Amino acid sequence: MAALLELHDVSLSFRGVTAIDALSFSVEQGSICALIGPNGAGKSSLLNVINGVYRADSGDIVFDGVRFEAIRPGKAARLGIGRTFQHNALFRRLSVRENVLAGLSRLGQASFIETIFRVGRDAAERRTFAARADRVIAFLGLEAHRDRIVSTLPYGVQKRVDLARALVSEPKLLLLDEPMAGMNQDEKAEMSRIISEVNRTFGTTIVLIEHDVGIVLGLARHIVVLDYGRKVADGAPDQVRDDPEVIAAYLGTVH
Amino acid sequence: MASIQDSAPDAAHVAPAVSTPALMRLALVATGLVVAFGVVPAYATDYWLSSIIIPTIVMGLAGISLNLLQGYAGLVSLGSAAFMSVGVFSAYNLILRAPDLPLPGVFVLAGLIAAAVGVVFGLPALRIKGFYLAASTLGAQFFFQWLFTNYPWFSNNSQSLTISAPRLEFLGYDLQSPHGRYLLVVSVTALLIGLAFLVVRSRLGREWMAIRDMETAASVLGIRVARRKLEAYAVSSFFLGITGVLWGFAYLGTADAHTYNLDKSFQILFIVLIGGTATIFGNFLGAAFIVLTPIVLDHLVLASNVAYLSDQGAITNLQRVIFGAIIIFILIKEPDGLSAWIRRGVEAIRGRLAS
Repeated sequence: MAALLELHDVSLSFRGVTAIDALSFSVEQGSICALIGPNGAGKSSLLNVINGVYRADSGDIVFDGVRFEAIRPGKAARLGIGRTFQHNALFRRLSVRENVLAGLSRLGQASFIETIFRVGRDAAERRTFAARADRVIAFLGLEAHRDRIVSTLPYGVQKRVDLARALVSEPKLLLLDEPMAGMNQDEKAEMSRIISEVNRTFGTTIVLIEHDVGIVLGLARHIVVLDYGRKVADGAPDQVRDDPEVIAAYLGTVH
Repeated sequence: MASIQDSAPDAAHVAPAVSTPALMRLALVATGLVVAFGVVPAYATDYWLSSIIIPTIVMGLAGISLNLLQGYAGLVSLGSAAFMSVGVFSAYNLILRAPDLPLPGVFVLAGLIAAAVGVVFGLPALRIKGFYLAASTLGAQFFFQWLFTNYPWFSNNSQSLTISAPRLEFLGYDLQSPHGRYLLVVSVTALLIGLAFLVVRSRLGREWMAIRDMETAASVLGIRVARRKLEAYAVSSFFLGITGVLWGFAYLGTADAHTYNLDKSFQILFIVLIGGTATIFGNFLGAAFIVLTPIVLDHLVLASNVAYLSDQGAITNLQRVIFGAIIIFILIKEPDGLSAWIRRGVEAIRGRLAS
């Protein structure tokens, strides 16, 4: 299968401190790829480079046939890269539905005047946006919370809203930054089920960061292990699990 | 909005075409219009119209203008009054130099000119935030005060640099009397309230609130943050421009650059803080507070008849102290502003209707 995302020798440093060191790997179309590694290994920074929140010092990225060295977050979104956040980044004073609708912004066609005065393309847009938002809300089991203000919802539900907001515009690539952080085992299993269902139903390619190795081994088809910004291992779960370097760098340590 | 064009199978089990909240909203709008256009003009005296009702409504409108920018889009401005002055000087020159232009055209064009100016002074928002942005918007305040005092062309070379309200008329109706000016103010305000609701309930409004709540996430979702911020300054300044025309022509009757000074900008900011952010009607509570409190304090001082208060300077200072204290008290007691009263009132009515 063809690669949807390829990274070539990507490096990133903050004031001389290396976060990512000449990293290369590729993610196949339609797969679930997990990034694992100790805290500070450069996993979140890597997601931030892929969708343009950070700018890499060197190297380039090929996404869906488009090569770029640096990209703006909005451009990445319009190319079809969706993203959830490690720390709560919801629009906290908006309802669940409004958060999900905001996730469709990259598809908005109606102009400033059309959207204010509800003329032209706005009517069709409101209809399709509402239908798509409701579908994703139902898919993620958020109907009961639809009109609640997100800051009033429990943490686990907020994580699902974040996923809904990223998923609703049906990106080709979905970057999930610790989607199960802070969850108990039941919630993790549920989220894991949802992620593989998203992958199956929408054919979305997923790159996710997760610390729980048990979950990762069950969920991902492809694992990339990072340590100090370098790639330690890259391959199928079975391969990675038995790699002595991985055991030394990551699995052997306590988290 | 309850949609009537729902697909057929859905419509079958969604029994009423218009939902109860929609009916309630319609009833509220109808009541509001009857009060604004029927009850108030029938019963209010000229003094009440000219000195209390008109300024309260216009300042409420100024609050709405700033609230669109600050409450909804999360941006800041300390130059609100400057955009009002751009509106009134534009309208004055439009009437002077294009006498055939009907009054609605004057209002819209004055608003559009203020909007264009707002975009220019909103440019710093693309680079800086919060306190620094607020300080940079002071630039608008000082620039326009300087412009309108140093270039008499804007006031038709008048000696005093003051502009006087032109004869206000529309479709042959004379709008010079207190009642005429009230009707002008309340009509324009009703239209702008409607426009404000359209804006905040559009995709534009939603994207403003998204940027306000979490800018990084907004840009990652593909929201065009820079463009939306400039549009926020444009819309807010459009409203302020028209508000400025009403303040100069329908309330004061004359205007000069100092009518729209920094004090006015701060008053508008207080209206938003007292009324509540991200609200439309709350601004009128804030405006009523700003307009009425000094009047009430005046009467109290006169009634109290305390000897040392015969000094006018002492009275003014005392009023300021009390006024400031009340503002602080409200902000501590109701950090979400007086609009929290409206919300609680609506919830109470709803609760009673439901039981």
